[in-house]
Amino acid sequence: MTVKPADRDFDALFADPSTRARAARGVSIRLSGLTRRFGELEVLRGIDLDIAAGRFVAIVGRSGCGKSTLLRLLSGLDRPSGGELAFGAGEDDDVVPRLMFQEPRLLPWARVVDNVAVGLGRDRDAPDGRLRVASALAAVGLAEKAEAWPAVLSGGQKQRVALARALVSRPRFLALDEPLGALDALTRIGMQSLLERVWLAQGFTAVLVTHDVGEAIALADRVVMIEEGRVALDVAVDLPRPRRRGSAEAARLEAEILRHLVHEEPPDVGWVI
Amino acid sequence: MTSATGLATLVPSIAAEPPRTARFLRTAGRGLLASRLTPWLVPFALLALWAAASGTGRLSPQFLPPPWAIAEAAWSKILDGELAANIAVSFRRAISGFLVGGGIAFLLGLANGLSRLSERLTDTTVQMIRNIPNLSLIPLVILWLGIGEEAKLFLTALGVFFPVYVNTFHGVRTVDAGLVEMGRSYGMTRFELFRRVILPGALPSIFVGVRFALGVMWLTLIVAETIAASSGIGHMATEAREFLQVDVVVLAILIYAALGKVADTTVRLLERATLAWHPAFADPRTSK
Repeated sequence: MTVKPADRDFDALFADPSTRARAARGVSIRLSGLTRRFGELEVLRGIDLDIAAGRFVAIVGRSGCGKSTLLRLLSGLDRPSGGELAFGAGEDDDVVPRLMFQEPRLLPWARVVDNVAVGLGRDRDAPDGRLRVASALAAVGLAEKAEAWPAVLSGGQKQRVALARALVSRPRFLALDEPLGALDALTRIGMQSLLERVWLAQGFTAVLVTHDVGEAIALADRVVMIEEGRVALDVAVDLPRPRRRGSAEAARLEAEILRHLVHEEPPDVGWVI
Repeated sequence: MTSATGLATLVPSIAAEPPRTARFLRTAGRGLLASRLTPWLVPFALLALWAAASGTGRLSPQFLPPPWAIAEAAWSKILDGELAANIAVSFRRAISGFLVGGGIAFLLGLANGLSRLSERLTDTTVQMIRNIPNLSLIPLVILWLGIGEEAKLFLTALGVFFPVYVNTFHGVRTVDAGLVEMGRSYGMTRFELFRRVILPGALPSIFVGVRFALGVMWLTLIVAETIAASSGIGHMATEAREFLQVDVVVLAILIYAALGKVADTTVRLLERATLAWHPAFADPRTSK
């Protein structure tokens, strides 16, 4: 599952050399007083959040806290009922957000390479389209599966194809809606390090929604907890990258966030997957 | 040597080597599964049984003529050109009825699947007409259109219409909403969404409709040709009945069976060509 060390090629394909370029690739996001109502039900009750360009933010919370709704607003699949959502520093930034879903959502009737090409969006007929698809597939370690049908891939491979599809347009903002939730533990760890590497190389802004606090800490610069439609906790994760799993500092942070999450929950409800 | 060790050496050998008959059955079973002739075993067995019953005189030729009499009848009809002409006429009617009825049904199924307004406007009407047995319209159709080609075309097209319509509509409506949402979020236009997501997603269901429609197509056409026609296989059978030519009647029925098989095989090949991505339709000989 882990990508074998053609890593250097892959980084070369994607990396922008300087950190300044990295900051320029990502886009900042500003949310002020963002609300979303479904009839009587107020799911988001005023979210204020500033996300700096090129950062990796994880959003955690219990089921039904509104985190997935927030991600749908961020990725443009849904519109807010009130408040403001702005990308970039105000200039006419043309941000095409990309979203990775919980399920791979590959077209079963298109070969892997054509599924990735879907991610080119309006650039589908660009002269370098095929090349970009090939390098995105190489980036997720699936170059040799280009001509395969999705039906023959494993769950982890499908999600990697979905990642390649999300990355092929070189988005400035990537939204991730629990994309690793359905994978087995080992595949998950492999995917997490792949995500981290791709993010380090490409420098986009990433927002990850997850149930798994451990995953949030493994990946994010900052963990935001949402409770009853509001930001309840905002913790910086200042750990060196690439991150190793199971460091004492990560464990301490995880315990702290978990304590906040669980405090009102009956003890036997398993909300952490 | 004690009896216990004797048993111990005996038992594994029993487990490892199944009795010869079981082994034979298993190999035979595997052979049956692999052979391309297997589907034809039952038809040929029936033919052999028929020939044997006729040959021994247990089957009266007035009830069912022997196979060779049918072959003779076929040969003479081939020689005077009547058979080819009749098959051509029936085939042309079937195809044109299928194209007209199936084509309209496909377009209306798409329209109603994609547009709630179109569905509200037309679906109730279609469902009401669908529940009229289409053969009950024959007297009316004869009064309106006589026994010319229009009557047959109308009945066949009407019969083909409903299975294609219902399954196209169902196919479009049951396309995975997650894929449609994905397509939208990746900036597909409405047309792209249709061509790349909705149509391929609906295709397996559409093919189910087409295969049903082919069955209805022959049924309707045969009845129409039997009742009101001056050419075609159905007419040939009706005429033969009047002259008590049982062999020709049986020949006509066998030709219908063969034509039905040809139509079904054509659709299967089409399915394989267009649904290669689908594990259920992949050609077992080319997939891993």
